[in-house]
Amino acid sequence: MPDTHPPIQYVAKNMRLDLRLIAEMVTPGARVLDIGCGDGALLAHLTTTKGADARGIEIDMAEVTEAVANGLAVIHGDADNDLAFYPDAAFDYVILSRTLQAVERPREVLRQMLRIGRHAIVSFPNFGHWQVRWQLLTGGHMPMTGTWHRPWYETPNIHPCSIRDFFDLCALEGYVVEQWLAADENGLRAPWRRSARLANLFGEQALFLLRRG
Amino acid sequence: MLRHQATPMAMSAPVAPFPQVDHQRAVFAEELALDCGVTLASHAVAYRTYGRLNAAHSNAVLVCHALTGDQYLAETNPVTGKPGWWDNIVGPGRPLDTNRYFIICANVLGGCMGSTGPREEMTDAAGQGQGRPWGTDFPNITIRDMVRQQKRLVEHLGIERLLAVVGGSMGGMQALQWAACYPESVYGCVPIACAAQHSAQNIAFDEVGRAAIHADPDYKGGRYWEDGRVPAQGLSVARMVAHITYLSEEALQRKFGRKLRGAQTLTLLEDVFEVQSYLRYQGSTFVRRFDANSYLTITRATDYLDIAAEHDGSLANAFSGTATRFFVASFSSDWLYPTSESRHIVRALNAAAANVSFVEFPTDKGHDAFLLEEPEFHRALGGFLAGCAARLGV
Repeated sequence: MPDTHPPIQYVAKNMRLDLRLIAEMVTPGARVLDIGCGDGALLAHLTTTKGADARGIEIDMAEVTEAVANGLAVIHGDADNDLAFYPDAAFDYVILSRTLQAVERPREVLRQMLRIGRHAIVSFPNFGHWQVRWQLLTGGHMPMTGTWHRPWYETPNIHPCSIRDFFDLCALEGYVVEQWLAADENGLRAPWRRSARLANLFGEQALFLLRRG
Repeated sequence: MLRHQATPMAMSAPVAPFPQVDHQRAVFAEELALDCGVTLASHAVAYRTYGRLNAAHSNAVLVCHALTGDQYLAETNPVTGKPGWWDNIVGPGRPLDTNRYFIICANVLGGCMGSTGPREEMTDAAGQGQGRPWGTDFPNITIRDMVRQQKRLVEHLGIERLLAVVGGSMGGMQALQWAACYPESVYGCVPIACAAQHSAQNIAFDEVGRAAIHADPDYKGGRYWEDGRVPAQGLSVARMVAHITYLSEEALQRKFGRKLRGAQTLTLLEDVFEVQSYLRYQGSTFVRRFDANSYLTITRATDYLDIAAEHDGSLANAFSGTATRFFVASFSSDWLYPTSESRHIVRALNAAAANVSFVEFPTDKGHDAFLLEEPEFHRALGGFLAGCAARLGV
């Protein structure tokens, strides 16, 4: 069995496009922690293409098992409870992709990320997108879009925010936004990089590279 | 594990003596200094190996056995006639692939399957045999002492660095101690269903077992070997209590419930519950293969374990700066070494910035799950080892 699936050559066939954008932000040989890493597609990609020392945290047991069976360093845990145990500056990059809106204490999670990592890479679905605004405005219902597709009573996304909200939080916490970009649902880079206001209206998701101020 | 057979009992019946088996051993004339301050002038390790050591000596995996396990990992046990205790995991194409790895398993120091321990001949300070077993004069040992002795064996086999040290339960404690004591000699470390220290509850259960042995008149203050008897009653009760801790409530209920042996309903006369009969069987077979003084020695060693205390009270200190890759595994229904213990280890490893994987496998089989058919666990274990091997170019 191991011979037919050499773990180092694990190919991230289904890696989401937004993960490719994240991977572009990581420098070669970096120490990386991916929070909510799923089956480790990004970890495998960073290990093979960037020579990164990549580790992960994932809450779903089946995904963790899959990642470990592929020779990746992943622990069963979650962003709210496990980051506090890592030492300061243990990583060059701490990644949280499309999970910030689902954690219990997003502000604390960000603080922990920038304590244990020199940089934080955060992606989240943008609640400021025009379709979300339009649906709430015209229908008076919680929006249901391609990105926000679970009804309010069962969504895990308990802390939705918009791109502008996120800029505000970074300012409040004194984080430096080194890079940011908006993207569509498929993770294709969107062209509103100059204007946060336009990005907030037309970007379905956002990606930020932060460091401590 | 839950193989059920006819009730043997009459627990006071004389017990057949140990089958005499010549175990494969490495004998060391160099002394072994123990944590308790005593030095063994000479000592022996009984061990078995599977697979072949490669030319670079880089494919060796040490498997550490649990409390009552032994070195017969993946072959018929010459004492019990039963299959090796991890037969389902070790072999060609299995997670511990004997086509790929050189697998070593040694009987622990203090054990009773050929390694130096209470049942072996006592030696004096010069290493001279005394013509009697150590018995209760065998010094108190620790898990770290077991590991120190295993290190001698590994060096004796010409191995500088182990591809991995793997173990469940007390074997997991040894794996952790290996990583703490000899980080440069351990590339991968897999502590399974274990803890970095014994809890009060762990010690309490062990004490019940020890008290049962001490209370058996045949124990004779540990000198039962003088007239060839064994404290079967006490050792059997110790095993019965311990066995309950190896199983989950669900597993016991599923397997036995309130079923009666040979009857449909309670008569309030000579009723025997299936679970009673099962435990008695477990106890009675155990006494034919295990030495009571060894049981006392080894359970004490597990009780003494507190890796954090050996490193200024911080478990993370034990692993600071380690380059070893860890895979910590626990089982959801294990209440002997519950997942919280494994998580404690994982958090200490995280604090030490160690490379660590951790999975809690969902199962209702309790602590024993690590020995049983758990395909997801096996897949993850195989993948972790294969990952270590690939990184080392094995």
